[in-house]
Amino acid sequence: MLNLIWAAMILLAVIYGAASGHMSEVTNAALDSAGEAVSLCITMAGVVALWMGLMEIARRAGLVRKLTKGIGPFLTFMFPGIPRDHPARDYIATNVIANILGLGWACTPAGLKAMEELAKLEADRGNPEYLEDIKTENGSVRRASNEMCIFLILNISSLQLIPVNMIAYRAQYGSANPTAIIAPAIAATLISTLAAVVYCKIKDRAGILSGKRSDRGGKTV
Amino acid sequence: MNALAHLSDIVIPILIFFIVGYGFVSRVKVYESFLKGAKDGLKIVVDIVPTLIGLLVAVGMLRASGFFEMLGTLLGPAAAAAGLPAQLMPLLVVKLFSSSAATGLVLDIFRTSGPDSYAGMLTSILMSCTETVFYTMSVYFLAAKVTKTRFTLTGALLATLAGTVASVVLTRWMI
Repeated sequence: MLNLIWAAMILLAVIYGAASGHMSEVTNAALDSAGEAVSLCITMAGVVALWMGLMEIARRAGLVRKLTKGIGPFLTFMFPGIPRDHPARDYIATNVIANILGLGWACTPAGLKAMEELAKLEADRGNPEYLEDIKTENGSVRRASNEMCIFLILNISSLQLIPVNMIAYRAQYGSANPTAIIAPAIAATLISTLAAVVYCKIKDRAGILSGKRSDRGGKTV
Repeated sequence: MNALAHLSDIVIPILIFFIVGYGFVSRVKVYESFLKGAKDGLKIVVDIVPTLIGLLVAVGMLRASGFFEMLGTLLGPAAAAAGLPAQLMPLLVVKLFSSSAATGLVLDIFRTSGPDSYAGMLTSILMSCTETVFYTMSVYFLAAKVTKTRFTLTGALLATLAGTVASVVLTRWMI
């Protein structure tokens, strides 16, 4: 899927750029964006390392466990297949809480770690796609587990309650009432998240019924 | 506004203070733990550098080619009928790929129409209710080395659609 989208974007850009006479802009954009990506990663590296360091302290001190307990019922509802003491739950909890609080800088590291743990969970379940490490370059293909799909859809549906960035931009551009969007933004977020939850539950259940999940790790022994 | 901006200023120092303080009091080897976590974090970032380059280059090229503007004018009339001003169309598309590119377009809308106009309000709410689809998907799935994403894209687009519809309805209701 991502292969198709990526190729389509690149090819379209060159074809359309040639047709509309924007080739020099396209050239510049390609080179500039590559550089921008690296500088973005350098900035991110510091923040992610800082946050992951703090998270490790929080984890060893048992703080993460406490947080996980707080949203435990929600996690159990969304991810019934993850064993209660699995580290994936902790990282998902951290990601969800950081999302709700709008701590964007804290979401991604915990989210990435959660994905790694979910991959380990698949390996524990004996999913052959996940057993051999790194040999995914050619040949063996990893399909996302239900938990991964659900976790990502939840993330994309946005859980953030107060859109701090938008409020700041609005203030910057002279809005009479920058915070007027808080209530509707919360309502819209709830609706998009609700749609996500309903869709995920339907897909998850459909998977179990058709038996697809059993070979994908429905049995957690 | 000021109270809120202030809150987001102080929340990070407080969080850091709390975590380190709590760890220290619970007799965790705070510094060693920090170093281990930071090392893991760096590994993650190094892993996503290629993804980020690939994605930003594709979005950057597509934006520079003028394709998004063309899409905006093409879909404009249909969008207007659904309550979406034409100038929001490029934003809706770009938002699927990159939030930094989308932010550029948002500021553009604020500059030209004002943040309190219909377009401005709709933009504000729209940007608050969903995240970038393709960026999140490629970065997160890379961490698990997954190539087949199964029902993620459909679900993500569905959530985005629900958020968009809700934003239009709410904005109409407000103004």
